Amino acid sequence: MATAAARDTAGGRASDAPADDTADFQRAFDAAVAADERIEPRDWMPDAYRATLVRQIAQHAHSEIIGMQPEANWITRAPSLRRKAILMAKVQDEAGHGLYLYSAAETLGTSRDELLDKLHSGRQKYSSIFNYPTLTWADVGAIGWLVDGAAITNQVPLCRCSYGPYARAMVRVCKEESFHQRQGYELLLALSRGTPEQHAMAQDAVDRWWWPSLMMFGPPDDESQHSAQSMAWKIKRHSNDELRRRFVDICVPQAESLGLTLPDPDLKWNEERGQHDFGAIDWTEFRDVLKGNGPCNEERLTRRRRAHEEGAWVREAAAAHAAKHRNSETGAARA
Amino acid sequence: MTTTPAKDTAHTAAALALGDDALVLSHRLGEWAGHAPVLEEELALANIALDLLGQARVLLSAAGDEDELAYLREERAFRNLQLVEQPNGDFAHTIARQLYFSAYQHLLYGELAAGDGPFAPLAGKAVKETAYHRDHAEQWTLRLGDGTDESHARMQRAVDALWRYTGEMFQPVEGVDVDPSGLETAWLERVSEVLRRATVTVPDGPRTGAWTAGAGRQGLHTESFGRMLAEMQHLHRSHPGATW
Amino acid sequence: MTHTDWPLWEVFVRSRRGLSHTHAGSLHAPDAELALRNARDLYTRRGEGVSIWVVPSSAITASSPDEKDPFFEPAADKPYRHPTFYEIPEGVRHL
Repeated sequence: MATAAARDTAGGRASDAPADDTADFQRAFDAAVAADERIEPRDWMPDAYRATLVRQIAQHAHSEIIGMQPEANWITRAPSLRRKAILMAKVQDEAGHGLYLYSAAETLGTSRDELLDKLHSGRQKYSSIFNYPTLTWADVGAIGWLVDGAAITNQVPLCRCSYGPYARAMVRVCKEESFHQRQGYELLLALSRGTPEQHAMAQDAVDRWWWPSLMMFGPPDDESQHSAQSMAWKIKRHSNDELRRRFVDICVPQAESLGLTLPDPDLKWNEERGQHDFGAIDWTEFRDVLKGNGPCNEERLTRRRRAHEEGAWVREAAAAHAAKHRNSETGAARA
Repeated sequence: MTTTPAKDTAHTAAALALGDDALVLSHRLGEWAGHAPVLEEELALANIALDLLGQARVLLSAAGDEDELAYLREERAFRNLQLVEQPNGDFAHTIARQLYFSAYQHLLYGELAAGDGPFAPLAGKAVKETAYHRDHAEQWTLRLGDGTDESHARMQRAVDALWRYTGEMFQPVEGVDVDPSGLETAWLERVSEVLRRATVTVPDGPRTGAWTAGAGRQGLHTESFGRMLAEMQHLHRSHPGATW
Repeated sequence: MTHTDWPLWEVFVRSRRGLSHTHAGSLHAPDAELALRNARDLYTRRGEGVSIWVVPSSAITASSPDEKDPFFEPAADKPYRHPTFYEIPEGVRHL
């Protein structure tokens, strides 16, 4: 990924270059994207492409970090030691994914501190799905199966995203995410086949998480403000609605195997289209939660801010210690 | 409901004592998830918690059913050290607890691994984990102790506050063939050296005797432990006989 | 809000003996020792490595994309550097 020097060069050239150079650079950029080549940190890129990537990668990273909260909520109450180990490892992975993604964003010339500031002050978003509460243990399973499932459907195409560092981060993330989805499914299966109370718990969780999961693919194509440009830049490879339909088709048979129903009376196979039809999504709710009126918006952000603020003295201490001892460091590596 | 361990032997008692240490400390570290002072530290604390949970599962399974033992015993039946159940406090308290415990656990498991007792195979694996845990605690003790004025004060407060729980580590443990009192000198040397380098004063308060803390191995715990168990056990206990 | 952003480090991991270290990603750490440990926790938690290097990102000197052509194109027209350039009669072996 980028070096500090690399960022300076790349950042400087985009705005300072004379107009005719910019036209050349733009042609080279367009040709690279058209040829399915990757754009790398030090390449010239349009300012808007850079801004779009920073926005998207940061939002993605923030989602991983905020997304730790609803599940960490159950680590201390996990009902078996096996489940506890799985959940701890999963929440840890999310911190790891956040770090991979912040690194990718940093190659575009924005520091992690800046990005975290924007998250903490509400100027950058994270996925709205994490503004819903985890009320029972079954929610951990529903998040794994549906939320991670939707995330994977969204993310697999990002492994071929035109921006190299993002694509590489996503390869790593996707490899690790498949464990997340499977553990969620297995958790729900155990509940569904368990006692009547456990089965009811699983059904209740699926009922609450199904619609918000469908909203994770973003607004319908005709209302999505960034989609067309992102597709042209090959940051995005498929439209929101296309991915949403793909996800529904995947989930229907999985729900049957689970012995659980999906809370949509209009959900049925459409022979003609070779796809499932499904009911209308409540976009008012989506926009409300996005605006900050979801059940947990305030709580999630407050808790994140508090962790950051309470950790400040630790980060300062380590920086101060490093400054005092900088000269005594040794240890060279040899190939 | 209380559960009678499968085999009421010295071996079971030892597995419970060591297993409970690992289980309880793992739980406390798990409480950090989402709260760590920096994202990189989320990964580190979770790695340590997962190592400990792995140890706990092997040890408790040697004593009976791991979940019955973890979730259905009452507070008085737990055999862990009081040190490991102490609440996380600030990051300095967590690091001080790690420093004290990992130095002890590393020495103990080193001895167990070198012997030919029933815990030798587990200890042989765990000793590599505890080496890393100890290193993590030492690195952070150095940085917090010799960092800023604030971090220095916090580190000093933390090592002082937890000091009185350290004497218990060197009491004999039923069924463990290593005499922990023989580890005390090496422990004290190691911890003192790290604290000295961290510019932190080695505490000199009492840490043994009837009126100091420490009777966890006999099933006497501190007040916060009951609340910790209530949270840990409630879901499992709410569904008797269910599988998860 | 105070800014104590730790410096950025590039992480290189040797996945197994016999292979060279390859770039795995980057991370933040206050110093080299913690950078190594953070790298261990972040990039090898599924057994991905047997050795790690960390390098301050600021210590890397990279070729500039501006110089891409003068830097790399001259190497493209020297096919005689590649073994496939040479025709060897059929039946000649071990060559």
